[in-house]
Amino acid sequence: MSGRERVGSVLDRIAGDGDVAVDTGYAALAMGLVLALVLPLGWLLFDAATLGSRVVELTLDSKTLAVLGRSIGLVTVVTGGSILVGVPLAVLTVQASIPFRRFWTVLIALPLAVPSYLGAFAAISAFGPSGPLSDALAPLGITVPTVEGFLGASVVLTLYTYPYVFLTTRASLLSLDASLVEAARTLNCGRLEAFRRVTLPQILPGVAAGALLVALYALADFGTPNFMNLEVFTQFIYSRHNAHMQGYAALLSIQLLAVTAVILAAESRISADDSGAYASRGNRGAAELDLGAWRYPAMAMPALVALLALVLPIGIFTMWFLRGGPGYEFAQLSFSWSYGWNSVYVSMAAAAVSVLVALPIALRSATKGSRLSSLAARVPYVGYATPGIVLAIALVSFSLDVVPAFYKTLPLLVFAYVVRFMPQAIGSVRTSTMQVDRRLIEAARTLGRSRMEAFRSVTLPLIAPGIVTGAALVFLTSMKELPATLLLRPLGFDTLVTFIWRAEEAGMYGQAAIPAFVLVLVSGLSMAVLLAQEDN
Amino acid sequence: MIERTVPTAANDRVEHERQRGDPVLELDEVWRSFGPELAVEEFSLSVYEGELLTLLGPSGCGKTTTLRLLAGLDRPDGGTIRVDDETVAGPERFVAPDDRDVGLVFQSFALFPHLTVGENVAFGIDDWPADERDERVAELLELVGLSEYRTSAPDDLSGGQRQRVALARSLAPEPDVLLLDEPFSNLDVSLRTEMREEVRNIIKETGVTAVSVTHDQEEALSISDRVAVIHDGSVEQVGRPEVVFEQPESRFVAEFLGQAGFVSGELASEAVETDLGTLPADVVEGLGPEYDGATIDVMVRPDDLVATPAAEGPGDGNGEIVHREYTGPSFVYQVRLDGGDVVYCEHNHADNLELDQRVRVDLQVDHPLAWFPAE
Repeated sequence: MSGRERVGSVLDRIAGDGDVAVDTGYAALAMGLVLALVLPLGWLLFDAATLGSRVVELTLDSKTLAVLGRSIGLVTVVTGGSILVGVPLAVLTVQASIPFRRFWTVLIALPLAVPSYLGAFAAISAFGPSGPLSDALAPLGITVPTVEGFLGASVVLTLYTYPYVFLTTRASLLSLDASLVEAARTLNCGRLEAFRRVTLPQILPGVAAGALLVALYALADFGTPNFMNLEVFTQFIYSRHNAHMQGYAALLSIQLLAVTAVILAAESRISADDSGAYASRGNRGAAELDLGAWRYPAMAMPALVALLALVLPIGIFTMWFLRGGPGYEFAQLSFSWSYGWNSVYVSMAAAAVSVLVALPIALRSATKGSRLSSLAARVPYVGYATPGIVLAIALVSFSLDVVPAFYKTLPLLVFAYVVRFMPQAIGSVRTSTMQVDRRLIEAARTLGRSRMEAFRSVTLPLIAPGIVTGAALVFLTSMKELPATLLLRPLGFDTLVTFIWRAEEAGMYGQAAIPAFVLVLVSGLSMAVLLAQEDN
Repeated sequence: MIERTVPTAANDRVEHERQRGDPVLELDEVWRSFGPELAVEEFSLSVYEGELLTLLGPSGCGKTTTLRLLAGLDRPDGGTIRVDDETVAGPERFVAPDDRDVGLVFQSFALFPHLTVGENVAFGIDDWPADERDERVAELLELVGLSEYRTSAPDDLSGGQRQRVALARSLAPEPDVLLLDEPFSNLDVSLRTEMREEVRNIIKETGVTAVSVTHDQEEALSISDRVAVIHDGSVEQVGRPEVVFEQPESRFVAEFLGQAGFVSGELASEAVETDLGTLPADVVEGLGPEYDGATIDVMVRPDDLVATPAAEGPGDGNGEIVHREYTGPSFVYQVRLDGGDVVYCEHNHADNLELDQRVRVDLQVDHPLAWFPAE
């Protein structure tokens, strides 16, 4: 052994093969993540505290209680509606002999990627009070029910959230052992009875998991209640914020977080119950329900849902696009492609930062099960679950009070996107890392590569698709994000989303056709990325 | 060419006994195809009151499809199925599985994971009055020896216990016919022999007519009253296990039921000249002087033959050991006879003969041998 090698091996021993240094850096990263989340959200408490003794008074105020009641009502109705739409669609496309099954499955999963505010915008612009479509149809004797308020918000939210229930129920149905249903049939159960007594109890956890995702979405959604003019938490927080009632907005935000936490707790309980149960394994493929001649009329249900959730909004945007002549152009509010560029580069920045932060967290949590790494992998999901409006309010007042230099700047906007959407990058990088055989890295080490070299030449190329997927997901969701963009953008900085918002406020619907089309396209791309990820 | 119409005496007796009762289950020329593939073809079979019949055949022979047709989980393309003289599947009629008095024990047991053992057993009789239902569940759990597991989840049971629950569940509605799909294939090998005995006892105790399906010839021979050997979607031979084993009616049946060697020879004046020496015609089942001059293959099972080391030098012995297999309790030697025929000899594990050793193979039988026209 030469002198130099000896020194090297001693250094290796001291550094414990680099583990100590890596651990320190990792701990710092984990702490940074916690601080980045805790400080702004904690600032809400500080803001609310400025209300002093009025906290109790405002909490019990009839207005606040009405908002709470309306929010819970909306969540309940939308969740129920999603189950009523999502479960039959899942049964139809998994178990029944419906033609073009694959086509329908993709089509009715698609609204998942479309932000509900686009649907709300389309609906309100065409069928709202004195909406042009209602007006145009009135002379023909056709009265279209006015879409607004609680009913309007419930319908629109259901149309864009049922895919959660559809997808989780579908997964349960696909993993269901078909011989259980056959066993019930030989034990004197008719088809319906077998469904009720065997299939339903088996898929219930899946349905519940999807329903809770719907509840979270309906509770946190900002655009739809605003467009539909429904005073629920998200809408009311925004209006209090605009009325410069920061303390009240903070108090409401904390309440909204509390309700969110309750739903999350219910969700984690369900997924815990699901594990370790005896699963019968005699699968001979999904039990097929032969619909006979009914299989053609059966296509009406997915067709109707797709018509309402996808075809109708696109049709309305097309109508605006064609009608959007000079009469719809105003000096202050005409669409410019620079808004599109703004959307793209902020979202790209968010994707890049997300991947850089997600990479060490995902790599670590995929390979080591230490408490620190599982903490660091979980903390970001708090940001993911936090409603966008709450995070936006928190960041606005935190930046104003603590770091005014960042108030309404692009770095702060990008930071908000990263906090909200990075978990998607962690998820996909983690999945691809777990698929890398550890022995490949060990092989590289025994062939003389250092840790870093092995990572660069073996791990990185193998997980590259996961990194790209993660970045794409963060990019596409940031493009669609409404409340954080609205509250945190610099003055005079407009994106596709904020432009639609302003067009709606001004009633200049025709101007929003192009950005709406672009966002529909973005939604389609999000879905394609999700499907590609599922296939891997 | 010789026509083979040699129903064995033993088979005659059994057929006669059985046919005194009415068949509980009848399949008449049943067909079922999947696309261009014929899974079941001209399948005819009668199953009689209280018997346990096993459909035995290699995988892909159509036996599981037949079972699904009987249960009503699949519909035949042609032919008729009758249960208790009622047509349940025919040209104009199809009775759904829930309206047939047919129980099915699934290969995977298919216990409902969301229900307890007791609830699983009660599943098919939930329309019974509560007290009768409770009594029936208790009775069946006692029959299968699982009374203390009534409130357990299927998750907490071992493989053998799950099978017994599945059996009890299928028996609860008192079906006319009980079907068992590869009942032992999901069990550990060490448990199989024990469960065979136990399942047979339970079925016999309830007196139910049962049809089981397996590809394991040892299992079929040990548990069944009758065995139906299935080949390419139709019944090749039906009969008592020992008859099917000793008097196979085709080479397929002979070879599927266990190792079989064939020695060929020409029949002359009531004796067959073979590599094993001259066999008197009365050793060979149903052979008469009318076949004189024909060339036949006589089937010899490994336990019919004994090999002894031949003395040194040519001219002694009649074959050479070409392969040997040690199974623990015994050796099975494969011997190529001088005439070219290959036979198997099963010996006690202490009789150790060497590979390539020259031996003398002798016939030691106390039962008639089956034969087939030479190929």
